[in-house]
Amino acid sequence: MVGEIHDHDAVQALLQRVLGMVRGGQAEALYTARDRALTRFANSRIHQNVTDHDASLRLRLIDGERTGVASTNRLDDDGLQRVIGQAAAIRDHAAPNPDQAALPGRNGQPDPSLGYVAATAKADPELRAAGARSVIAAGEAADLEVSGAFSTETSTLAVANTSGVAGAHTTTQAKLVTVMMGEGGASGYAQSTRTDVGAIDASGVGEDAADKALRSADAGELEPGEYDVILEEYAVATILEYLSFDGFSALAVQEGRSFMELGERVMGDNVTIWDDGNDPRGLPSTIDYEGVSKRRVDLVTDGVATGVVHDAATARRAGTTSTGHALPSPNTWGPISWNLFMAPGSSSKDAMLANTERGIWVTRFHYVNIVHPKKAILTGMTKDGTFLIENGRIVRPLRNFRFTQSIPEAFSRIEAISSQTRLVEAEYSGITARVPALQIRGFNFTGVTGREEGG
Amino acid sequence: MNDLIQRALDAAERAGAAYADIRIVEREAESLTVKNGALEAANSDHSEGFGVRVLVDGAWGFSASALLEPEEIERVTRQAAAVARASGLAGGDPVVLDETPPQVGRYVTPHQEDPFSVSLDEKLRLLFEADAAMARVDGINVRQSSIECGRERKTFASTQGARVEQEIVEAGAGIDATAVNASESQSRSYPNSSGGQVVTGGFEAVRAMDLAGHAEQIAEEAVALLDAPQCPSGRMTLIIDASQVGLQIHESCGHPIELDRVLGYEASFAGTSFLTLDKLGALQYGSELVNIDADATAPGGLGTFGYDDEGVPAQNVPIVSAGRFVGYLTSRETAPVIGRSSMGSSRAWSWDRIPLIRMTNINLRPGDAGSLEDLVADTRDGLLISTNKSWSIDDRRLNFQFGTQIGWLIRNGKRTQMVRNPTYTGITPQFWGSCDAICGPDEYVIWGVPNCGKGEPIQTGHVGHGAAPARFRDVQVGVGRW
Repeated sequence: MVGEIHDHDAVQALLQRVLGMVRGGQAEALYTARDRALTRFANSRIHQNVTDHDASLRLRLIDGERTGVASTNRLDDDGLQRVIGQAAAIRDHAAPNPDQAALPGRNGQPDPSLGYVAATAKADPELRAAGARSVIAAGEAADLEVSGAFSTETSTLAVANTSGVAGAHTTTQAKLVTVMMGEGGASGYAQSTRTDVGAIDASGVGEDAADKALRSADAGELEPGEYDVILEEYAVATILEYLSFDGFSALAVQEGRSFMELGERVMGDNVTIWDDGNDPRGLPSTIDYEGVSKRRVDLVTDGVATGVVHDAATARRAGTTSTGHALPSPNTWGPISWNLFMAPGSSSKDAMLANTERGIWVTRFHYVNIVHPKKAILTGMTKDGTFLIENGRIVRPLRNFRFTQSIPEAFSRIEAISSQTRLVEAEYSGITARVPALQIRGFNFTGVTGREEGG
Repeated sequence: MNDLIQRALDAAERAGAAYADIRIVEREAESLTVKNGALEAANSDHSEGFGVRVLVDGAWGFSASALLEPEEIERVTRQAAAVARASGLAGGDPVVLDETPPQVGRYVTPHQEDPFSVSLDEKLRLLFEADAAMARVDGINVRQSSIECGRERKTFASTQGARVEQEIVEAGAGIDATAVNASESQSRSYPNSSGGQVVTGGFEAVRAMDLAGHAEQIAEEAVALLDAPQCPSGRMTLIIDASQVGLQIHESCGHPIELDRVLGYEASFAGTSFLTLDKLGALQYGSELVNIDADATAPGGLGTFGYDDEGVPAQNVPIVSAGRFVGYLTSRETAPVIGRSSMGSSRAWSWDRIPLIRMTNINLRPGDAGSLEDLVADTRDGLLISTNKSWSIDDRRLNFQFGTQIGWLIRNGKRTQMVRNPTYTGITPQFWGSCDAICGPDEYVIWGVPNCGKGEPIQTGHVGHGAAPARFRDVQVGVGRW
């Protein structure tokens, strides 16, 4: 399969061959493949430069109420026979699960051109090194220490099952991220994520981060407490990422741990959030891990909880159909909202700044986590540019704060939403969000980063 | 195998590499989850492949592939060399490795009962017994029990003559009970949250957990938490159970002692470290009771192995001695920066990942405060908390905030009122400086953390933390508005 791991005809032939080798019951063959390259730089040199190439098959066998799953990346005949044997052995010994959902049937075909750019698939290490050099040059010009990563990736997801599903989608992604640091605790960040590597402006990314770093040097103290905030798009995207983990999944609602109460007002009436894997303004992913074509799901509309994402299992329990948000099934995590959008408003960051009498400007958040799922209380730190606003102006940089805040409460106090949006990929999960900047009245900061002296 | 290895090393030298190594890795994993009386997931996973790392003109290149065939090994090695040349385009100082002598050896995790030889029926029996025990408690909405088994076989060889073979065996299990009402969702877990406890070793470790024997208690506690009062807010004496002390070590000691973080290699992703080079040997990291070691040789620890993924033998080195910061986790590339040789903590998640500095077992040595109940009895007023629920720490590993599943107020040396949603926050050196008691060896457990994320592309590390319950004075608890 090397050289063909993203060829849809070859992949479907493989999946159909596997399904043909299975004896008895239902079967689902899930194929994932990737060619990934990543160039990391720090201290103004490339310290890590890697490529990898893999394709794997995950086979789900169902006989009545019994299910077995096995996976392998050995796709020769021996490997296929072995994975079939392992999945069958597990299935035959598994305890029955009457709640097991049936395999999805044939559904819509995704647009194969969505989310794929050949230039990204062909990107070479010299291109990534050139991008790294541009960022490093921007940082060195400002006398900053530069670190970052430039990655390019081609991924294929294909699913076939004995109920007629036969879908595949190949996507590309390029991402350039940098953190620049300097004297006086200066720190700045910028990220650009695109399907087309040619759309990444490496010099621009470097200049953005350098500008933020230079402005954040010699940060001062401010007592933690409740302040009005302007959250840049990076910070807003991280919040949406954690709302996705916390509450946008049908399983979270079914298990009573989500803040989403469908049909009820959960945020302010100026908040609209949805998921759409087919929107080219995001990073499209058009089918899920059960081969179901993704549908747009309106999650919060004018502040009211209007929907959650489903896989086949949660849909069966809810008496509805999958929205195309399954992870590899069966699993205990449930479906996930992966392609998030938040509706823009009519403001701008400059206007928000001018309208803030006293507040804090937050560039991004770091290491966020869920403190209380039903109240959607999150905690995390500000990072790479936190500033005090007074009388409509940024007056000085601040040491990083810890926030502990219920997000539905905060999103009920949004004063202004920018008309411009930015596409951001989450650091750890890969969830993407196209979001505006927000001005929020009253955001709870519960601590400030410390100094390193011992106690 | 020998021929494939030699092809890679020869191809690397032909491509101009001053140094090269290859890892050939095969991973197997089995996971079983019973949820609400039914088998929710039963998976068997297998992955194999190889990764080649080369140094050309002082710069690194790495390439990996799943196809273990001669032509592919040569192609991937040439690709690694091409990537290394591209690395050199950005300039910078050349990489210099330490003088660790090349090792030849073999290591197999000591174990009694091969987890893959235990039948599916037997594993399911243990899980369904635990599930049934939780089901006997009224008011539980979600019950979950899981078993995870893993085995990794890997061969490492380098152009310097190293040749190491290892077989790492892992086993783990855990149970969770969740109760829900209109405003709260409360979970209790045993032996730990996030999947339970995982060790290197055989299935005997899972049997010793006695999941069913603890199931009713955690289910009853989850239900009771729904009506428990909210944890109070303020500064007070805090006793932390062993598993949460383990995660406290992980976040506030394990990560900041990674020398690659200190040198800025992770600045754009996971962050840096407050333990800068000038702090080595100088900073009072904690109170004099605090002694922390990085011990890759500790029996059963999830960070235990024979050799790291640069072929350096497993070691036990001091990190904090009587409260003073004295050591880092290092690799062959980074150790010379502090004038030392690698202490053997360069580890890769799998064949398709490059080795990074990872924790081994970062262990807080037990103290002399006896049992947990002895420590409670020795505490006039305070809060006892158990089992992690949430975690967050800043990019330099100074400002942390943790939440746990359950807490109890301590009054006059007795555990009294149960409280829900406990949280605590602090600054790393001040917090460890406030440690005034650590329980004894009978309370000491090496907790496995099987989900430690680091690096790009992200790698999931398996690490361990030996810990006993410990007491900290004047800690801010009950953070935020409830």
